[in-house]
Amino acid sequence: MQSDTTSATTPALELSRVVKSFGAVVALRSGSLRLENGSIHALIGENGAGKSTLVKIIAGLYRRDGGDFRLRGEEVDFHTTAQSKANGIAVIYQEPTLFPDLSVVENIFMGRQPTGRLGRIDRAAMHAEATEIFDRLGVRIDPDRPTDGLSIADQQIIEIAKAISLDASVLVMDEPTAALSGVEVDRLFSVARSLRDEGRALVFISHRFDEVFDLCDTVTVMRDGAHVDTMPISDTTVDDLVRMMVGRDVTEMFPKLPAEIGDEVLTVDGLTQPGVFHDVSFSVHAGEIVGLAGLVGAGRSEVARAVFGVDPYRDGSVHVDGAPLPKSRPNAAMARGLALVPEDRRRQGLVLDLPVTRNITLAVRSRLARFGLIWGARENESARVWASRLEVKTAALDTESGTLSGGNQQKVVLGKWLATDPKILIVDEPTRGIDVGTKAEVHRLLSQLAQQGIAILMISSELPEVLGMADRVLVMREGRLTGEFKREQATPEAVMLAATADEEAAR
Amino acid sequence: MTTTTTAPAHPVLAGLGRLVRARETGIAIAIVAVVALATVLNPSFVFSNDGFRDLLLTPSLLMVVAIGQAIVIITRNVDLSVGSVVGLTAYLTGSLFADVPGLPIVVVFVAGIALGAVLGLINGALVAFAKVPALVITLGTMYIYRGINVAWTGSDRINASDLPAAFRELGTGTVLGIPFLFLLAVLVLVYAAWHLRNLRSGRELYAIGSDPSAAQLYGLRVTRRVLAAFVVSGSAAGLAGVLYAARYGTVSSNAGFGWELEAIGAAVIGGVAIFGGVGTVWGAALGAFLLLTINRALPIIGVDDFWQRAVVGVLIIGAIVLDRIAAQRQHRRLVAQREETR
Amino acid sequence: MTATSEAAAPRTFAAHAHPLWRRLLVTREASIIGLLLAVIAVAMATVPNFDSPLTVTYLLREIAPILLIALPMTLIIITAEIDLSVASVLGLASVVTGLGVQAGWPVPVAMVVAIGVGALAGAINGALVTVVGLPSLAVTIGTLALFRGIAVGLLGTTAISDFPDAWTDLARTNITGTPVPVIIIAFAVLALVFAVLLHFTPFGRSLYAIGLNKEAAAFSGINVGLSKFWLFVMSGTVAGFAGVYFTLLYNNARGDNAIGMELQIIAAVLLGGVSIFGGRGALHGVIAGVLLIGTLASALRLAGVTSDIINVLTGLLLVLSVVSASFLNWFHQRRVAALGRRRGRSPGTSS
Repeated sequence: MQSDTTSATTPALELSRVVKSFGAVVALRSGSLRLENGSIHALIGENGAGKSTLVKIIAGLYRRDGGDFRLRGEEVDFHTTAQSKANGIAVIYQEPTLFPDLSVVENIFMGRQPTGRLGRIDRAAMHAEATEIFDRLGVRIDPDRPTDGLSIADQQIIEIAKAISLDASVLVMDEPTAALSGVEVDRLFSVARSLRDEGRALVFISHRFDEVFDLCDTVTVMRDGAHVDTMPISDTTVDDLVRMMVGRDVTEMFPKLPAEIGDEVLTVDGLTQPGVFHDVSFSVHAGEIVGLAGLVGAGRSEVARAVFGVDPYRDGSVHVDGAPLPKSRPNAAMARGLALVPEDRRRQGLVLDLPVTRNITLAVRSRLARFGLIWGARENESARVWASRLEVKTAALDTESGTLSGGNQQKVVLGKWLATDPKILIVDEPTRGIDVGTKAEVHRLLSQLAQQGIAILMISSELPEVLGMADRVLVMREGRLTGEFKREQATPEAVMLAATADEEAAR
Repeated sequence: MTTTTTAPAHPVLAGLGRLVRARETGIAIAIVAVVALATVLNPSFVFSNDGFRDLLLTPSLLMVVAIGQAIVIITRNVDLSVGSVVGLTAYLTGSLFADVPGLPIVVVFVAGIALGAVLGLINGALVAFAKVPALVITLGTMYIYRGINVAWTGSDRINASDLPAAFRELGTGTVLGIPFLFLLAVLVLVYAAWHLRNLRSGRELYAIGSDPSAAQLYGLRVTRRVLAAFVVSGSAAGLAGVLYAARYGTVSSNAGFGWELEAIGAAVIGGVAIFGGVGTVWGAALGAFLLLTINRALPIIGVDDFWQRAVVGVLIIGAIVLDRIAAQRQHRRLVAQREETR
Repeated sequence: MTATSEAAAPRTFAAHAHPLWRRLLVTREASIIGLLLAVIAVAMATVPNFDSPLTVTYLLREIAPILLIALPMTLIIITAEIDLSVASVLGLASVVTGLGVQAGWPVPVAMVVAIGVGALAGAINGALVTVVGLPSLAVTIGTLALFRGIAVGLLGTTAISDFPDAWTDLARTNITGTPVPVIIIAFAVLALVFAVLLHFTPFGRSLYAIGLNKEAAAFSGINVGLSKFWLFVMSGTVAGFAGVYFTLLYNNARGDNAIGMELQIIAAVLLGGVSIFGGRGALHGVIAGVLLIGTLASALRLAGVTSDIINVLTGLLLVLSVVSASFLNWFHQRRVAALGRRRGRSPGTSS
């Protein structure tokens, strides 16, 4: 049911029953969004609900297959991002795309620099306009500095400045606060409010309910590629929203099996890397699932990568079974039984152009060798074992991994690391971007592995997942451990408090 | 309460600071140092009619080619075919004069530049449309163009007597003591620098080199710009070919051989990053000047000029190592500034 | 996205999506080999004296350095790097051989030292690329000049050409009873070593991963820097060996030996199906590529065609091969997308 807004005004943007498929996968079954001027509109939904597909259609990156798309009442169909920009739509992604070698001013105006006689770029005018925009936004950034080295927060501000200079009437912000500190979030919000007060329309995509309730006036919920409901924020609660997002009771999703918890296998002590994480200490026991919760940008993945050896750390130590683990040597970590299923499966977990076989056997290639030689039959054998154990959906083993669905790709990555017979398994966002069915499979798998005595460190930004799976929950915020809870003590409120508050939560 | 980065610095001081630290300044200083050293050891290096003239004349042709090459490198591409283009257009120049007596010099200039532009267009089209790396395409066209050159030349050679005197004058003559060719090169340099700095089409080249996918997202017309960059590089090589004929009078099928690597070296020494997005044509031109001046200065300084190429190699490696250190340091500085204010 | 888990029947997997013949024949390597055979056939039929043993001998003698250096070059390009300095290393090794022999060293000693110099040169390249972190294109343009410069600087315009007959003869002998020069034995051994290294060892597997996605390779425990370093050392060493051979073959050590050869080598490697982007290619294609260019050149020369046309053809072949690869890739992507629509597999997008 659409709520009754003042129907006299034409909405800035309206999508209704938009459909989009990729091959046989339906990303959007019925996407709808009605965006009014002078409003900050939250768009929420689980991973895979179709939010980012909807946004990409608005941005002109994709063309819709069906449904209605109206801008200020007029039907539109964008073929390119340039077209949507020309129509006053600006999208600010989590990872801003700027030109690192060029200055802030040039980034803002690239392609549309103000010109004077002979087509000569009017630098003074550019500079003046940039300064004026920054003043209006209340930020102090040197317009002449290179964008290289700017924090994500500042890069986002520059994207917003771009949007303002384009006089964008619609701004979409896709999880903008993921990498921001508290202070930066405040600044972003005051900027957003001032844009709203100017009559522009904003879409705010986020997983953080406190922010949604703080900033937005309207909320749209999506689930499984379809619009569920839209209502004013004041008319709803977090519980209602969660129920609409998930569509089922939260608890029944995670089949946690009991496992015997043994000795301490992984000990991390005082791990510090300046600017990234500070004095992180924790341990993981055999058979235990330790959840590492926190907001995106808290430094959890960085800690995992440092423990595994892909990233360096300055101070502190890591011990496996009591013996020290050398830093910055992933193959040393692997030799001691560590495995890391990374956060970004497409860039870090898989080599997309290689077939499933090669990906699954990549980490155990030396083990598969006989007299130093390796050949197809042995790789196929190993790949077959793991592909079938994990029920990877692929017709043949030599299909390019890039053509598999997200869930199957994740299974390939898991297979790759399970093939190493690890003692300690670190999984970073194991079910991100995966369909519901595969999610449950992964959770069941992790439980079984714990039962077999493997120590598991699970990093996840999905609170229900952490609470459902973990024997112990650690919480990080801004590079520090701010909380540790046993399973019984871990409540959503306690964990969220530790993840977002300034003072340490009670242990 | 605000958390952002450096407050805007004092504009004039900041600008001056950037100038002093700029690679171009360093190269200029190096040039002065080399010339000074050579002159001290052998005053006729500069203080003689021929000395001063040769000082400016020798690098002029490479300067022009390096300017074109820099423009391509800035877009994150490379043009290995320029040496062959120089050879072809030099021979075209000679042939036109030899076969069509009384042809106005201007026409020959236009023909040479036009041929260069067409050859560059072929490169650009293959790179921009077939999405094949420029390294490979221009490697291929380098062979093709050189082969055509040799086939056309056959066993002939253009001799000075084939060329009109007025044309030869251009190559060796001076205006107020400054060689005409050098003035021409400077003219090209000044215009190219102005265009790259002040016109949208110039700035977009930097954007494309800095981040090609972002450039697409911004809606920049990447294909058109890349195409244009190669046409410019080809035209510059074409111009250099015409000037080659004017300068040397003799044109064999060997003209311009190896110039592509020298031009790339000159650009890299001059601060043009091999991955694009950074550098100026001033730097490339100065780099060419430094390279060739060092070559001429070496024998005077007492170094066997057989060590020329080694010196070039050291300069190139030194330049890119310096670039890397400077970039890392700057990046760390910029990030640290950000961290302080968090 | 909706999905349901499948029933619990155990899945079976075919090892390959396509039948063997298709996997073997519908490849770039197969097309180059096919082209090579076609050229040989046509040449034998139409060019007089092409099939004479002397032609074969001269052809193989001449392209031996290219054949040799193409082996490590293939591995380097597969990791998405490049080594433009190989010809300069060859020249440097040539000079060192000459100087050594001139100084009275026994030839084997001079050879070993020359090869060692090659290895050192490769190590310098490797260190600049992996330790300092510089792009290999720029670095090897610099070392191309540096190493060549040292070579020329050491010898100047002189050439050393008084090598003991025993050794120069060795370089020119054929395997008894065949027109095949002895150097091909060395090449065959090296080719076997490199083929096994690339296609049948864990190290070789890691090279493809590095070329396609070096971040994921690092996350899989592959030491990207060290691997690349060794590849550059290999390249330098083989170039050194090629330099020794070159010197003995032509009985001539000069600073400017083999100038420009790096581009011929790279052209042949790319023609052989190795992708300049990295992560793709095989040695049999590369060997066929080198042989193709050599055979074409030899046949054309015998047919009275001048060397420039040969250059044009080499260039054309190179351009056509990469443009067609690009086109085939584009075509393949569209086909995958279409198949995806039909068979129900998503072309790799996630929402």
